[in-house]
Amino acid sequence: MSARLLRSVAIVASLTMISVTSSVWAEQPADHNTVVLKNFHFGPASLSISAGETVTWTNMDEEPHTVVSDAGLFRSGALDEHESFSFKFDKPGTYGFICSIHPQMRGVIVVK
Amino acid sequence: MKNSDHTRRDVLRCLGAGGAGTLFFLSGGVLTPAALARNADDRATPSGVPLFLQISDTHIGFKGAANPDVPGTVRRTVELMNTLPRKPGLVLHTGDITHLSKADEFDFAQQLLSDLHASEIHTVPGEHDVIDGPGKEYFDRFGGPSKNRGYYSFDHSGVHFVALINVMNFKPNGLGALGDEQLEWLEKDVRGLGSSTPIVVFAHMPLWSVYEPWGWGTGDADRAMGYLRRFGSVTVLNGHIHQIVSKVEGNITFHTARSAAYPQPAAGNGMGPGPLTVPMEQLPAFLGITSVTVREDAHAISLSDIPLA
Repeated sequence: MSARLLRSVAIVASLTMISVTSSVWAEQPADHNTVVLKNFHFGPASLSISAGETVTWTNMDEEPHTVVSDAGLFRSGALDEHESFSFKFDKPGTYGFICSIHPQMRGVIVVK
Repeated sequence: MKNSDHTRRDVLRCLGAGGAGTLFFLSGGVLTPAALARNADDRATPSGVPLFLQISDTHIGFKGAANPDVPGTVRRTVELMNTLPRKPGLVLHTGDITHLSKADEFDFAQQLLSDLHASEIHTVPGEHDVIDGPGKEYFDRFGGPSKNRGYYSFDHSGVHFVALINVMNFKPNGLGALGDEQLEWLEKDVRGLGSSTPIVVFAHMPLWSVYEPWGWGTGDADRAMGYLRRFGSVTVLNGHIHQIVSKVEGNITFHTARSAAYPQPAAGNGMGPGPLTVPMEQLPAFLGITSVTVREDAHAISLSDIPLA
C-alpha cells in the first residue's frame, strides 16, 4: 500500500473511531443523570432527562439517606456513604422525591 | 438533700473537682441545680429510691470518622451503667438503636444491651431504626409492648411512663409527628390519673422545638403537652440530637440525652445534623447517659447527665 493511501486510511480510521466513541459516550451519559446527596441536599435539586433514561443517586454524606418517590414509584433502602440507587424512568412526567429520614431534603426528576 | 444545706462555696468546690454530672431537683415545677461528684455519694440520695437510666442513639453499624469503634463506646456505656452505685429499676433506650435498620445491627445491639444489669429495658425507635418504612426489624424485636403501634405506657414505682413514637410520619418540613391516633390514645391514657402522679414521657425526637431547620422538633407535640400540663411533675426524655439541651416550662422538664456513639454539632453550627468529629481523646466526654431518680417525697424527679469519661 502506498504511504499516501496508508495515511488516508489512518485518518479515516481515526475519524471513525472518534465518531464511534462519541456515540458510545452519548448513549451512556452517566455523569449527566446523577444526583448527588451532599450536605443534606439533593444536587441538582431538579434534573431533566428523556424517557427511558436511568437516574443514579449517590450519597456523599456521612449520614445515611434514602430516596423515596412522592408517588410511591420507587424507594431506595438505606444509602450509607458512597452507596447508590438507580431508577429507570420510562414515562414522561414530573417525579418528586424526598429523603425519608430527613424530609426537608427534596428533589424532582422531569422526564420528557 | 436540701438546697439550703449547700453554700455557694460548697457547690463551686464540688464542680471544680472535675465532676462529671449535672443534677437538677425538680419539685413542684422549680428546677434547682446541685453539685454532683463523679462517684456519687450514696448518702446524697435517700435509700430505696428507684433509679432509671436513659441510654440513647447507640447507632450500631456506624463506622465513620466521628467514631470508628461504636461497639467499643457502647460497651463502655453499658459498663458505666453497671458500675453505678445502685442497680437501675429499669433502662429506657430513646432510639436510633441501629444506624441502618439492618437485622445484624439489631442482633448485635440486643447482644450488647443484654449485658445491662437491669431487669427491664423499654425502647422507642429512632428514624435510623425504621429506614425501610414499616420498621420490620425493629418491631419484630421490640414491638410487643405496643402491639407494633410504637406507643405504650406502663407504671413503675409510682411513676407513669409513656412511650411515644414520632419517627414514622415525618412532616414535609422534616419535623417528627405523633399523629391523631396516638394523640387520642395519649389523652385517654392519662385521663384517669391523679395530678400528683409523676409522669415520664420518652420519645426519640425532641417533643419541643429545639431547631426546626434541622428537623429537631415534633410538629404536633403541643397537643400532647396539653394533656399533661395539669400534672405536678412531667419529665420528657428525648434523644436524636446527640447532645444535651434542656428546657423547663411550668411543671414540664424537657431534656435530651447524649449519644453513646458520636456527637452532633450545636444547632445551626454546620451544614446539617450529621456526625461531628472531635479529637479521639475527647470523644468520651461527648458521650454518655442520663440517670433519673424519683424522690420518695413530693413527686420530684431528678435528672443527672453522666458522660462516658
